[in-house]
Amino acid sequence: MRKVYNKILSIVGNVISVRAEGVSNEELAEVSTRRGTSLAKVIKIDNDLVSLQVFAGSRGISTDDEVRFLGSPMKVSFSDNMLGRIFNGSGEPRDNGPALNENLIEIAGPSVNPSKRIIPNRMIRTNIPMIDVFNSLVVSQKLPIFSVSGEPYNELLARIALQAEVDMIILGGIGLKFDEYMYFRDELEKGGALSRSIFFMHTASDPVVEGLMVPDLCLAVAEQFALKGKDVLVLLTDMTNFADAMKEIAITMEQVPSNRGYPGDLYTQLASRYEKAVDFEGAGSVTILAATTMPGDDVTHPVPDNTGYITEGQFYLRNGRIEPFGSLSRLKQQVNKDTRDDHRAIMDGMIQLYAQYLETEEKRSMGFRMSDWDKKLLKYGGLFEKEMMDLSVNISLEDSLNNGWDILSQCFNPDETGFRSGLIEKYWPGEKKTKVKKADQEISKEEKKEEKPLEKEETNKDEKTTNKTKSVVKKSKNKKEVSKSSKK
Amino acid sequence: MADKKIGHITAINGNMIEVAFKDSVIQNEVGYVLIGNERLKSEVIKITNNTAYLQVYEITKGLKVGDKVEFTGELLSVTLGPGILSQVYDGLQNPLPALAEAHGFFLPRGVVLDPIDEKKKWHFTPTAKVGDTLYRGSPLGWVPEGIFQHKIMVPFDLNGEYTLVSVVKEGDYDLTETMGVIKDPKGEEIKLTMSFEWPVKIPITAYNKKMVPSEPMVTKVRIVDTFFPVCKGGTYCIPGPFGAGKTVLQQLTSRYADVDIVILAACGERAGEVVETLREFPELSDPKTGRSLMERTIIICNTSSMPVAAREASVYTATTLGEYYRQMGLDVLILADSTSRWAQAMRELSGRLEEIPGEEAFPAYLESRIAEFYERAGYVELPDGSHGSMTIGGTVSPAGGNFEEPVTQATLKVVGAFHGLSRARSDARKFPAIDPIDSWTKYKGIIPAEKVREAHNILRRGDEVHQMMMVVGEEGTSVDDFIYYLKGEYLDTVYLQQNGFDAVDAVSDPERQEFIFNKIHTILYTDFHFEAKPDARQFFNELRQLTLDWNYIQMGADEFVAQEKKIDAHIQAKTKA
Repeated sequence: MRKVYNKILSIVGNVISVRAEGVSNEELAEVSTRRGTSLAKVIKIDNDLVSLQVFAGSRGISTDDEVRFLGSPMKVSFSDNMLGRIFNGSGEPRDNGPALNENLIEIAGPSVNPSKRIIPNRMIRTNIPMIDVFNSLVVSQKLPIFSVSGEPYNELLARIALQAEVDMIILGGIGLKFDEYMYFRDELEKGGALSRSIFFMHTASDPVVEGLMVPDLCLAVAEQFALKGKDVLVLLTDMTNFADAMKEIAITMEQVPSNRGYPGDLYTQLASRYEKAVDFEGAGSVTILAATTMPGDDVTHPVPDNTGYITEGQFYLRNGRIEPFGSLSRLKQQVNKDTRDDHRAIMDGMIQLYAQYLETEEKRSMGFRMSDWDKKLLKYGGLFEKEMMDLSVNISLEDSLNNGWDILSQCFNPDETGFRSGLIEKYWPGEKKTKVKKADQEISKEEKKEEKPLEKEETNKDEKTTNKTKSVVKKSKNKKEVSKSSKK
Repeated sequence: MADKKIGHITAINGNMIEVAFKDSVIQNEVGYVLIGNERLKSEVIKITNNTAYLQVYEITKGLKVGDKVEFTGELLSVTLGPGILSQVYDGLQNPLPALAEAHGFFLPRGVVLDPIDEKKKWHFTPTAKVGDTLYRGSPLGWVPEGIFQHKIMVPFDLNGEYTLVSVVKEGDYDLTETMGVIKDPKGEEIKLTMSFEWPVKIPITAYNKKMVPSEPMVTKVRIVDTFFPVCKGGTYCIPGPFGAGKTVLQQLTSRYADVDIVILAACGERAGEVVETLREFPELSDPKTGRSLMERTIIICNTSSMPVAAREASVYTATTLGEYYRQMGLDVLILADSTSRWAQAMRELSGRLEEIPGEEAFPAYLESRIAEFYERAGYVELPDGSHGSMTIGGTVSPAGGNFEEPVTQATLKVVGAFHGLSRARSDARKFPAIDPIDSWTKYKGIIPAEKVREAHNILRRGDEVHQMMMVVGEEGTSVDDFIYYLKGEYLDTVYLQQNGFDAVDAVSDPERQEFIFNKIHTILYTDFHFEAKPDARQFFNELRQLTLDWNYIQMGADEFVAQEKKIDAHIQAKTKA
């Protein structure tokens, strides 16, 4: 029987302190108040003075309330029974199902030995061109979505969750609005993914401190499933709330703040969570996608800034589009060499041209006369934004690449694009590769118009055939060319 | 072991513990927290009255007030000896592959393994003779380690003159055997084995003198070698916002740099990046020797999720190993990624010690620590007259990409070259994203400085015209100015940028750089004649295409010559008579 202490010496913020002996660091305790019991975690020990962070908050705690130490750090149950269930930030059921107590595992366990990791090499296809073509998502990647409040980042997360090829989804909500929580649940239910999902939900109305445990709970469970051979996708939204909760505790504990009030170990704390993303040799994997809202759209804010240094790239979501600049998948080169030989060229080339377009756009808005080259860029930029960047575009990687060449050929001569000659030979649509005059372009545009119905038919066909291989795509492309030449 | 000093924990705060002790403790000595069967390594960092403050190199979960701490009386040290090359260590020299073999996927707490396999036999050839006078760092003989002659030296902490009493014959020995016996002037004999310990925070100085670095260290990255070179024994830093390509640049350097040994200190960065090196290097062959790249590489890996105190130590571990190999007359390159994480580790610790914070809560001694670290680099003359060098390249990850922060500023004060990465260039997918206008170097490179300056002038002029064009528009720019702009862009695209994925373009050796640079230099200083701007743009677009294709062709191939002729013909057409 563990000893019970009922003399709370101080209550500051969400941290209480008691005099107790034989308490170990990070041990859990139960605080019983008139309103119920709450879990608390030991965060500092100074001789017999023990400081605890109370998950349910300190409101309503009386100085003579009971504190009972449980003798072990935070644990969470792990079993297949968790699938389809919803828990809160303390790991207790939030739906009306039974509490799970079997097979307890420790959370925030040791980190994976780097020499046991393998190089990630499996692409996760999402059918979003801005991801698949320009910044491919890879199994075991950790990637945040940087955006501002009001952007559809939760919608994007839900869409990726439903379309990505993974075995399981674990969703961790930190400070989530109630309707967003319902949105996720409904979307996953609609998509038939609820039975392979686990929710750890901390909503904005719950005590702030409780949200601190959510990432650890999600990742501990994900890790166990991954060890059993499952490919797990962990979605965390929103990590800025997590950092803010940490800030609150740090300030209560009178730690010296480093930057805008955040504790000096913000980087380490975030990293120890994100680094749980892993591809185990001979077992499953954990992939982490996290929403990080940037207060004031400021990427130099400590939370997005530290996150960017930890994660393997980032997606910027701005004006409902994934921005090509700044967005980056650091692991893309592991996978995009095996997709199609023009993937990398399209990826870099189109962005370089888009950068020039933005410059031109700026010049135009200042009222400068547009040269021929500027006009070409303007046309290109418009097409690029409409047919590639728009989030509603839902086509496979190969179609996106073909689409890219189409856009290029509609706007430029081959030698203006800076592509390697070999690739232009192979992929540049149409026969007249050395077209120079604008008039020719108009013609080619007309050709395009005529072709449209045919092309559409083919993409439909493509969509039907699942697991498209390279050869199939090539074939369909050849067919296109054949039909084009036969028309002439 | 009755005389082991023991203390007891009185307080726990994150990874710092307070320990009450009775007799005496040494500042920076190592202590072990005993918890169950685990022994958690920790280091004394502050002593007041009868309380020692220790930073624990492991997670402190589960520690209790009253737990025992055993003091060792030794400073934090690494083991030096044959068998370090091609190893993967954590920040405290624990071999990670061996840990994985013993403990599986995860890093267990409180496990310490031998950094070097003691039972492995090495073939020893003696070079010193009985009766020789030896000093610290003098070789007894050597063993082959990979492609190198690993010298077995007199430990560096033996100051003074010694006489060799005996040395073993040529043959196979392991690390536990006595290789020789030396005698100090008082006649006291000391037995030497192939390995010894050295405290990581104390520089190894068993050389005659330090010299000014003068020999360029070729990295095969054009913008570095031609425009912002680094010399062997020099120091350089790569600051840049996240996503600007710091790590990619360092990985390329670690592969192609013209040095004997590369030590990668992955300090508080992503585990994934280390894994790439770890898995790929054994497969890649060293362009110089044809052997596996791993044979010349040591990885010190303390990634961001590993305990933060060990991160602080990892940088010192790397430099100590580097200095050890420098003593053998080898050229060593240390790549620390990233020094900002190391500085943050210091900041975390300083916060726990409740020291008065400096700028952005970094401790006041930040600058001197950074200076101390970079000063360990150098080109040295060894007692036998040969030379060794240790070059240090550190990345800096400034918060928000703003170089006006304490770590970047403290680093810039002490390094010899600055390769600043720019967000604008990396956004435009220009690799390497080293900013050609802002970066600088104090070293001499492979191409005469005068010519480089001329090319740089064009670049700067082109940039000015570009800035101007942003304000007055293209129509407000004269054709001559516009040509400067195009020339600058051309130099940038075909020379400063490199396709890191292309086997030929990614690796530009000095001969090729010189050849191509001269060609481009000529083009830059050729007077062209154009009627109008579109004309000029068209010409340079075509020229760029031709040169880019040229970059992808192996030098010496027939196509290389053919492509050069095409370029020449293209230029001839528009040259002013």
